[in-house]
Amino acid sequence: MNRYPFWLNALVVIVLVAGCLLALPNLYGSVEAVQVATNSGDPYTEDDIERFVRSAENAGVTPEAAYLQDGRVVIRFDSTADQEIAGEALRETYSREANVAMTLAPKLPAWIRNLGLKPMSLGLDLRGGVYVLLEVDMDTAIDGRLKGYQQDFDDRLREAGIRHRVDLDGQTITVRLTGADDMEAAREVIREADQDVLIADVDDGKSLTVRMSEAQIKARQDFAIEQNLTTLRNRVNQLGVAEPLVQREGADRIVVQLPGVQDPNQLNKILTATATLEFRLVDTTGDEPGSRRYPGRGDEQSQVLKRSVVASGDQIIDAKSGFSEGQPAVFITLDSAGGERMLQTTMNNLNKPMSTVFIESRRETVMRNGEEEQRTVKTEEIINTATIRGVFKNSFQITGLTPMEAHDLALLLRAGALAAPVYKIDDRTTGPSLGQDNIDRGYNAIKIGFLAVVIFMAIYYRAFGLIADVALFTNLVFIVAMLSLLGASLTLPGMAGIVLTVGMAVDANVLIFERIREEISAGASPQAAIDSGYGKALSSITDANVTTLIAAIVLFALGTGPIKGFAITLLLGIITSMFTAIIGTRAIVNLVFGGRKLQSLPV
Amino acid sequence: MSLFGKTPSFDFMGKRRLAEVLSVILIVVSFGSLFIRGLNFGIDFTGGVLLEVAYEGTADLAEIREVLTEAGFGTPLVQNFGTADEALIRLPPQENQDGGEIRDNVLGALQASDPTVELRRIEFVESQVGEDLTEQGSLAMLIALILIFIYVMLRFRWKFAAGAIAALVHDVVLLVGYFSVFGIGFDLTIVAAILATIGYSLNDTIVVFDRIRENFRIMRRGSAVDIINTSINQMLARTLITAVTTLLVLISLFVLGGEAVSGFALALIVGIVVGTYSSIYIASALALALDVSPADLMPVKREEVDELP
Repeated sequence: MNRYPFWLNALVVIVLVAGCLLALPNLYGSVEAVQVATNSGDPYTEDDIERFVRSAENAGVTPEAAYLQDGRVVIRFDSTADQEIAGEALRETYSREANVAMTLAPKLPAWIRNLGLKPMSLGLDLRGGVYVLLEVDMDTAIDGRLKGYQQDFDDRLREAGIRHRVDLDGQTITVRLTGADDMEAAREVIREADQDVLIADVDDGKSLTVRMSEAQIKARQDFAIEQNLTTLRNRVNQLGVAEPLVQREGADRIVVQLPGVQDPNQLNKILTATATLEFRLVDTTGDEPGSRRYPGRGDEQSQVLKRSVVASGDQIIDAKSGFSEGQPAVFITLDSAGGERMLQTTMNNLNKPMSTVFIESRRETVMRNGEEEQRTVKTEEIINTATIRGVFKNSFQITGLTPMEAHDLALLLRAGALAAPVYKIDDRTTGPSLGQDNIDRGYNAIKIGFLAVVIFMAIYYRAFGLIADVALFTNLVFIVAMLSLLGASLTLPGMAGIVLTVGMAVDANVLIFERIREEISAGASPQAAIDSGYGKALSSITDANVTTLIAAIVLFALGTGPIKGFAITLLLGIITSMFTAIIGTRAIVNLVFGGRKLQSLPV
Repeated sequence: MSLFGKTPSFDFMGKRRLAEVLSVILIVVSFGSLFIRGLNFGIDFTGGVLLEVAYEGTADLAEIREVLTEAGFGTPLVQNFGTADEALIRLPPQENQDGGEIRDNVLGALQASDPTVELRRIEFVESQVGEDLTEQGSLAMLIALILIFIYVMLRFRWKFAAGAIAALVHDVVLLVGYFSVFGIGFDLTIVAAILATIGYSLNDTIVVFDRIRENFRIMRRGSAVDIINTSINQMLARTLITAVTTLLVLISLFVLGGEAVSGFALALIVGIVVGTYSSIYIASALALALDVSPADLMPVKREEVDELP
């Protein structure tokens, strides 16, 4: 009696070995390393490792190891000094093609690395870094699209020879015609421009209103988020931070995490700036409809500019800063549509002036009637006005900036324009010393709490208590193994979750052991007591764990930040403890006590 | 070793009136405090700026307060954090300054008065985040309660489900009340602790219910009160031991885990005490008040379909 079939014992051993193997990488510490990633986001291959290593060796330092990790080359060093020398050298040589970041890499031997095993990553509260939650301004995203429609309809109606006026009011575009005769034709022109917009007749019989459909608005918002994600990812990559994280959260938010970064200023500039450019012709007569005056930046003259935009920031596919005739300049390349339009414009407007408008938006908090209010402040300034001397297409340069501004603008333009402005709504920076303190404290709490429970169980349930202790320790190993496998970050609340799991995981064993004691005092034989103890306690254990599991899943699904970190370890802890506390301890109990005659049980 | 030589025979249900009075008083106090004092919400909920700074030597809280008030940051809340060398500073939301500026300005002002200051952590939260979090937290709690109710109802029928949910609501109210009465900082981790308490307390309740169901099957003669009493007594050792092991680790977390998790640990410690009490008294007492009978505990039998169309 009380023997496990071979397959069940084998299963326990296999799971145990797998768990230990997955948790193993966490035993190796980390060392200084340099991480090289391509600027373009394309992965590096094995062939690239060689030249980076050689570059480090040329600088006089010998890497301890070099390998490929997720398309990035990681080069490990024995000391911070070596890391810095190599980092400098690599930056100097490869800054054009690659991001070189100083980082810490796990000191794993090659065979573990080759198995694809990784230690669990630490959350920002444990290793220090910047966490930012951004909100995407959806109204502006929609507004931008509506303005696009407005201009498009205007152009098309003019081409079709229909006299009209197009106005934008809120989310409604109104097309006013001279008479009812043009209605049908105008409707056709608009349909041709976009099939999905909602067109309605106005009562006066000679106007139409055009609105975006719900689906279009939704699509536009999704596009704005996706495009912002890509853009932010590109911009963050330019910062040269190892393992940055940029991901969507909810309908209109984006989380950015930069491990190891201490100065949020570094991030602020590139994150919330929505600097972009627009090229507009100067309205020399000053009375064309829709023209308005734009202020000049610094010494630059203000100008009255035409309403139609020749080319705008989202058509820029490349931008580099440099010098042109001794002046700081940004060299710009437009996409084909932008280039085509630029060609037409320059051809038709030779010797006429064109301005470059620099647009920047930022968010301000103002007080109104005692209430806080968020307001978007948009600055539009002319940075340069020049006479069109020749015909050009998609490559040209602009001047009128300081060297620093030229550099920043090129960076922003290169990384892509944001489809809509983003605003920081949550911003947390943890210093590295606090991170280390948090690790030490969390680790201490787990250690002491674990020891207290282990001692208590051993005293209270004797040999069975010791078996439960083995299961408890295995449970800890399994939690670490699962966190490593899932690539989930361990956070301080996560450590709290582990601590709580340690306390609660023994509950299953307490239920079983109490039941065994009851069975014995009711007169059952030791072997029968073990069997019915495990059997009868099972339904209580399942019910109890399922309900805790429900709470943990809800926490995980709805929680953010610290709550998620706690929920994940609690969730994993419950699942692994079911295995260790029921099947694991039974395997040991069967091994030790099963299949032989017993007078009493040490429980 | 064992807590009780043999199965104890405390008359828990006999004392249930007393427990009911006690619970009602505690609930009234909790609600009263929530209405009068409210909760001491952390910046997770209110928005604002939070800084953790460390000095070489004792942090002069009065000095920090004065320096920051003079520098125009409104009224800062300054308190020791962990050790006497560290301080936690909370500022109201700052207008027209972005994160970087606030950081530089605060640090500049503090460095001017004591250059050894080190910035350990800084957090800026807009007030709208707080509104979302409150909404999300309440939603999470509601969904958890509904799912749990459904599960318990499937396993035990509705009278027990009602008892279990009443016990959980009781726990949440007392726990939140505790934070209100003592004015302890209420942040996101406390919400997590409350949900963990729900899980734990329910765990306790279910285990007792499980035994009650079993005993209803075996002890056909006893009255409901007797059966419930016996069941609670049979499970008493387990209830207390699990509470002890969990409290052991939580006390370890409270003492060693640092300020950042001490509130969380405290919430759970209170939660476990309240949860243990409620699963003995509130859940079973309510099931009893709803006149529970063996029929309420038997698994749901599928009824035969008499007429087929």
